[in-house]
Amino acid sequence: MATESPAQPPPAPLAAPKPRGSAAREFFSRWGLWCLLIALPVVYAVKDLAGGHGLARLAQNVVEGVSNGSIWALIAVGYTLVYGIIELINFANGEVFMIGSFTSAALIGTLGLTLTTGPLGLVAGLLVILVLAMAASGSLNVMIEKVGYRPLRNAPKLAPLITAVGFSFILQNVGLLWLGGSPASVPDLIHAQQDVFTIFGVTVQRADILAVGVTVPLVVGAVLFISRSRLGKAMRATAQDPDAARLMGINVDTTISLTFLLGGMLAGAAGLIYALYETTIWYFQGFQAGLIAFTAAVMGGIGNLKGAVLGGLIIGIIQQISDNRIGPQWTPAIVFAFLVLIMVFRPQGLLGEETREAG
Amino acid sequence: MTTAAATTERGRPAGSRGSLLPPWFGRFAAVALGIVAILLPLFFDPLSGFIDDCVIALAYVVMALGLNVVVGFAGLLDLGYVAFFAIGAFTVGWFASSFYADANIHILVSGQAEKLPGIHINFLLILIIAAALCAVAGILIGLPTLRLRGDYIAIVTLAFGEIIHVFAVNGDAIKVFGNGYPLTNGRQGISPVDQIKLPFITQFNQLNLRPWYWLILGIVFFVLFIVIRLRDSRLGRAWVAIREDEVAAASMGVPLVKTKLFAYASGAAIGGMSGAFLAAYLNTVNADQFAFSFSIFVLAMVILGGMGSVWGVVLGAVLLSFINNRLIPDVLNGVPGKLHLDFQLSDLGFGIFGFLLVFVMIMRPEGLLPERRHQLELHEDVEVEDVLWEEEHR
Repeated sequence: MATESPAQPPPAPLAAPKPRGSAAREFFSRWGLWCLLIALPVVYAVKDLAGGHGLARLAQNVVEGVSNGSIWALIAVGYTLVYGIIELINFANGEVFMIGSFTSAALIGTLGLTLTTGPLGLVAGLLVILVLAMAASGSLNVMIEKVGYRPLRNAPKLAPLITAVGFSFILQNVGLLWLGGSPASVPDLIHAQQDVFTIFGVTVQRADILAVGVTVPLVVGAVLFISRSRLGKAMRATAQDPDAARLMGINVDTTISLTFLLGGMLAGAAGLIYALYETTIWYFQGFQAGLIAFTAAVMGGIGNLKGAVLGGLIIGIIQQISDNRIGPQWTPAIVFAFLVLIMVFRPQGLLGEETREAG
Repeated sequence: MTTAAATTERGRPAGSRGSLLPPWFGRFAAVALGIVAILLPLFFDPLSGFIDDCVIALAYVVMALGLNVVVGFAGLLDLGYVAFFAIGAFTVGWFASSFYADANIHILVSGQAEKLPGIHINFLLILIIAAALCAVAGILIGLPTLRLRGDYIAIVTLAFGEIIHVFAVNGDAIKVFGNGYPLTNGRQGISPVDQIKLPFITQFNQLNLRPWYWLILGIVFFVLFIVIRLRDSRLGRAWVAIREDEVAAASMGVPLVKTKLFAYASGAAIGGMSGAFLAAYLNTVNADQFAFSFSIFVLAMVILGGMGSVWGVVLGAVLLSFINNRLIPDVLNGVPGKLHLDFQLSDLGFGIFGFLLVFVMIMRPEGLLPERRHQLELHEDVEVEDVLWEEEHR
C-alpha cells in the first residue's frame, strides 16, 4: 500500500492514536491534580488499615488540618482578591498577617486580658481586638498599595512585584524590632488545647472551634459583600476590565484600595486566630504563612474566592498529615513541591479559572 | 559616510549621556578600572579587613552578574537564586573536604589535602563541576516555569530555592549512598574545607588574602567577558526579545524553550562558581547561609545597578556588599544609639534592603547605570531615536 502511492498524505494511520493520547491528556489535566492531592491521605489510610489501626488517626489529621487550613484560607483570600483585580502577587500579604498577630498580642496586653478574665469579658475583649487587628492590617495593606503599587500601575509587571518583596522585607524587619528574633509567647486565653468533644476517636479542641468559627462568618461575609453589594460589583467590574470600569464611572483607584483593605482585614483576623491558636508568634511566621497561603490560592485557582478557601483547607490537611507522619521539618518542602507540581500540571488550579498570566 | 549623514539628520539630544564622552572612553575606563582593581591589594596590608570586604564584594559581583543574565537579560524574575549558591558551595563540601571520610579519592591535589581522608579534587576542577551541576539544576528549575509568565516564574523559583534550603538543613538525615554519606551536614555545616591550591601559586591560606583577591578578580574578569559576549551575541538579542515581548519574539522565530533554558543554565553556572569560591573562602558550607534573604540581597544588587546593565550590576554589587559588610555593621552601627534609640543599625539589615528595593523601583526603576533599552521601556520621555543612535554607535 505505502509503496504504491508514496505521495499520498498519510492521515489515517497517524490520526488513529491521536484521540486516545489527547483523551488521556485531557483526563490528566482535569483530574491529575485531584489524584495528586488524594494520594497522600489514601496512602496513609491504606497504611493505617493494613496495620490494623482504624482511620481515627487520619481523621484526627484531617480535623486539625481543616482548622489550621482555615487560617491559610483567610490569608489566601487576600492573595486571590488582589490578584484578581490587579494581577499582582501581593507578596507582603503574609507580613500583613504577621503584623495582625503582633497587633493582637499587643492589644491583649493593653486591654489587660489574662487567663483569669471571665468568659464574658474575654469574648468582648477578643471581639474588640479582632476589629482593631483587622483595621490595623487592612489600613497597612492599603498604605502599601498607595506607596508601593499605585505609582507602578503602568510599569512592567516585574516592578510592583519587586516593591512587594521589598515591603515584605521592611515589615519583617519591623516585626524583628518589635518582638525580637525569637518566638514570643501569647497568653493562652482560650485554653486552646482543651478538648471540647470526642467523636469516633477524633478529638476536637477549642482552638479548632475558634479557627473555624471565626473563619466561616468572615469568608461568608466577604463573599456576600463581593457578590451582593454595590462596591463588590465595582470590584468585580474592575477585575474584569479596569478601563471599561472607569468608563462606566467606577472609581478604579478607590476600588483597588478597597480590595486591599478587604484582603488586609482578613489577614488581620487570621493574625488574631493564629496568635490564639499557636500561642507563639514571631517575625518570620508571615513569610511562611504567606507562601503557604499563596500555594493555597494557586491551588484553588487564583482569582477564585471559593477556590482559595478550598485550597487553604486542602493545604492545611496536607500540612497536618506531613507534620504528623513525615516530620515537621519536611513540611515546607512538601508544600512547595505541591506548588511546583500545580504550576506544571494545572496552573489554572482546581476550580479552573483561566487567568491571562497562567493560561 | 552614511552614519555621519544619519547623525546630522537625527541630531543628538543635548542631554544624552553619550554625547559628552568620546566613543573610546568606555573601553578606556574599563581597562583603567581593571588595572586599578589588579593593583589595589598591593596598597593594603595582606590581612586588612578592607581586602576581606573586597574579596566578598567581588564574589557577590559574580553572583549578581549571573542573576543579571536571568533577570536582566531574559526578564525571568528568579527569586530562588540562592539555590545555586547552595549547590556551588556543596560541590566544595562534597568534593573538596574530609566530609566523606570513608571515601579516599584525590585528584590533582597536593600538600595537606593529599594526606587527609575524604574526596579531594583540585579547585579548578571544582569550579567546572560546580558550574556544570548548577547549569543542570538551573535547567531543571527552569523547565516547570517555561509555560508560565511574570510573577508565577518568581514564585516557582522561590519554591525551588526554599526546597533546596530545606534539603540543606535536613540533609544530614538523607543517606542515599550508604551510612557514611549524608547529603549535607545540616546546620552544623561542613567545615573545614580544602584550601585552594593552584599551579605556580603557593597554597592559599587565611593569613594572606591577596591570592584570594586575585583569584576572584580573575573569575570576575572571566565572567564579565562571557557575559558581555553573551549579551552581544545572537542569544543575547534573543533574550532581550523575549524580555520585551514573548509573543512577538516567538512569532519572529526565537525558540522560546531553548533560549529561556540557556538563560537559566548560564545564570546558574555563574552563580555556582561564585558559590564554590565563597565556600572555600569562608571555609564552611553551612545550611543557614542559604536562606531566601540571600536571593533578595543579590536581586537588590541587580535592581540597584540597573537590570540588564552589566556595569550597573557590578557597581550595585560592590555598593551593596560594602554597605552590608562595612557601612552598616562598622561605620553607622552606633548611630541609632547616639540618637537614644534602642537598637543597632545592624538589626535593620534586610529592612534597609527592602527599603532600597521599594525606593529604587519607584524613584529610579532603571537603576544607577541603566541599560538604554530598559530605560526606554520605563520612561516615556526617552527618545527612541536617541537609543537607536547609541545602538548604532556602540
